[in-house]
Amino acid sequence: MKARLGEVDASMRQPAMLFLVSAVFWLLAGSAFAIMAAIKSTNPDFLGLSEWLTFGRVRTAHLNAMIFGWGNNVIFAVAPWIMGRLCKARIRHTNILLAAGIFWNIAVTVGIFGILRGDMVGVEWLEMPAYITPLVIITYALIGVWVVIAFRWRQSEHVYVSQWYILAAFFWLPWLYTIAQIMLIFEPATGVVQSLTNWWFAHNVLGLWLTPIAIATAYYLIPKVLGRPIHSYYLSVVGFWALALFYNWAGVHHLIGGPVPAWVISAGTVASVMMVIPVIVTAINHHLTVVGSHKDGWASPTIRFVMFGAINYTVVSLFGSAMALRHVNEVTHFTHFTVGHAHHGVYAFFTMIMFGAVYYMMPRLLFREWRNPFLIRVHWWMCGLGILLMVISLQIGGWIQGLEMNALDADGVPVHTFIQVVENTKPWLWLRSLSGLMLLVGHIAFAINVFWMIFSPKTEGQVTQPTLLTPTTEET
Amino acid sequence: MKSLPLIFLGVFFTLAFSWTGIVLTSHLQMKDLTPVTAELVDKDDKPVGGGNFLVNGVTIKNTDGMTAYPLRPVGEAQRGKEIYEQMGCLYCHSQQVRRKGFGADFERGWGNRQSVARDYIEQDRVMLGTMRTGPDLTNVGLRYPELWQYQHIYNPQITSTGSTMPPYPFLFEVQTINELTGPSVEALELPANYHPGPGFEVIPTQRAKDLVSYLMSLNQDYELPEIKFTEE
Ligand code: HEC
Repeated sequence: MKARLGEVDASMRQPAMLFLVSAVFWLLAGSAFAIMAAIKSTNPDFLGLSEWLTFGRVRTAHLNAMIFGWGNNVIFAVAPWIMGRLCKARIRHTNILLAAGIFWNIAVTVGIFGILRGDMVGVEWLEMPAYITPLVIITYALIGVWVVIAFRWRQSEHVYVSQWYILAAFFWLPWLYTIAQIMLIFEPATGVVQSLTNWWFAHNVLGLWLTPIAIATAYYLIPKVLGRPIHSYYLSVVGFWALALFYNWAGVHHLIGGPVPAWVISAGTVASVMMVIPVIVTAINHHLTVVGSHKDGWASPTIRFVMFGAINYTVVSLFGSAMALRHVNEVTHFTHFTVGHAHHGVYAFFTMIMFGAVYYMMPRLLFREWRNPFLIRVHWWMCGLGILLMVISLQIGGWIQGLEMNALDADGVPVHTFIQVVENTKPWLWLRSLSGLMLLVGHIAFAINVFWMIFSPKTEGQVTQPTLLTPTTEET
Repeated sequence: MKSLPLIFLGVFFTLAFSWTGIVLTSHLQMKDLTPVTAELVDKDDKPVGGGNFLVNGVTIKNTDGMTAYPLRPVGEAQRGKEIYEQMGCLYCHSQQVRRKGFGADFERGWGNRQSVARDYIEQDRVMLGTMRTGPDLTNVGLRYPELWQYQHIYNPQITSTGSTMPPYPFLFEVQTINELTGPSVEALELPANYHPGPGFEVIPTQRAKDLVSYLMSLNQDYELPEIKFTEE
């Protein structure tokens, strides 16, 4: 029997809200770690007496809080909800999701505590100590199984592009994680095979987990809010398989110039460049869906955030492809440019789309409206401008850092001493701290709105219309 | 694209493909790499031999003046590596030298040859690093005396004004100078403005000693069959 969207929403309320509230909490915690780390990178004596808050640890706590606390929690709220809605079946077994939610948040809390305490593992993106591994695997398995069950017993006639992305992502992540844990922690591979596994894993968390989920969300929400179908089914198929094929290989561009087999690097570079195909295809598809509805789009917070993310997906991916080219990489590798690029991807693309999804989703889960459009505006402007400032300052600063690090005079002697290079990054790092503060303000506005909504009474009737920031023509 | 098994098959295949390509083939290619023996010489190029030999805090079993490279970090140096990991030095320092002509690693004096895969086969955790907020540390054991390392870890501003490297004072202990026995032999020499004051001294903890012996053990100052020192 087919279920109405309202029924799906109602049955998803509990698990989705558990994940959302946790996600908002981690977003704030991650921002606090971020500010500390940012200040330390220009003023190393700041909180310098504390071992728990030494740069290496807060920086890592920040990364893990953002990716695994905020990112995964918000994904676990949004992706099953989209899956449920698209399958149009009555939702079963939400207990599985609730259990996963509890396991997951215990795992991340213990993991981050472990990092600060000094049990940190020296493998990028896998720093959370090995004692939380079982919890992580159980969580991934539970949610993965739930997603498959939801899909298997769907009542909808056709399968929508978002469903492929979600299915694929929930399959990829557990495998990536399990293999990486075995090859890096439990039975470490020999020598630089570790580094290759590390970057195969870490880049794929971005490419095969955050990215497909964010694309799935954009594919779901853009047509939904604007009330028109996606431009081309065919393009979405091409985009999906091209991403599946090429993104996998791209991670080794983090090792260009390093002591690893040359052909692996070449393969990684080729794959990184080939990523242009799925990126452009997806960009065309999204753009042609929105074209002509820009005014409506601007009125809806969901579309504002989602389109900001979608556009940045294109930009950040093209940057990424360029950075894999040897001559560009020679400058950008090992510099703050890469840090800027990472924030461009995880924040300007992924996180902004997820904000958009939350703006759409919460009113429908809770049957009440967003309490304060002003706070939405603060969130939008602070985060939109903040992340642009962050990416621009880190990338300009990083580019200069790279050029200065490599510059040689006619006799082959470095033009700048190392400490000069360090000094010259400081102004840019200050701008980065400023941008981080802007994001923090945005996040606080967002969090206030979320909790305000949770604790306020129901709005009359069911919410079927998107929340609007400016009046649109239809409304009059 | 409606069939669940079909989607899974495709999705599985793409992931398996990249894993095979990147991880498995590299593993097959490298699994037979072993340390190679080379003659160990002192600073006058005289062969050193017999018994055990200590290189930068690492004890090496040395048969007939020959030793096997790369060395396996052991004892203090290995424990120091764990401190390096726990403090997150990895996020600002790389441990890989790129070939001459790609970047300026060579000209900055970070190494006299490119790092190769064999250099890392004896390490239980490989930390090549992806950031150079600070200099590459592949060969840092050759660059500074121990005292410099201790002072630098205590507070990088002592040796490198303007550095953005964090201080690690918690790897040291400040104690009052014992009135009977006088200052400890281990007390760290510090410039006046970093000194805790008269009557006090700063003593490195075991963790600081481990970390320094790890740093002092870092070098790729040997040739391998596949890579010789780069000519100037
Ligand atoms: C926030 C980034 C950062 C972190 C974290 C960091 N360093 Fe540094 N490190 C630097 C910078 C910048 C320099 C260059 C200026 C200086 O000499 O202090 C440097 C220089 C060094 C040098 C001297 C290298 C040379 O060739 O001059 C050593 C040795 C060193 N660091 C060791 C460590 C160790 C050990 C740790 C962890 C306990 C560590 N660093 C953590 C940024 C960092």
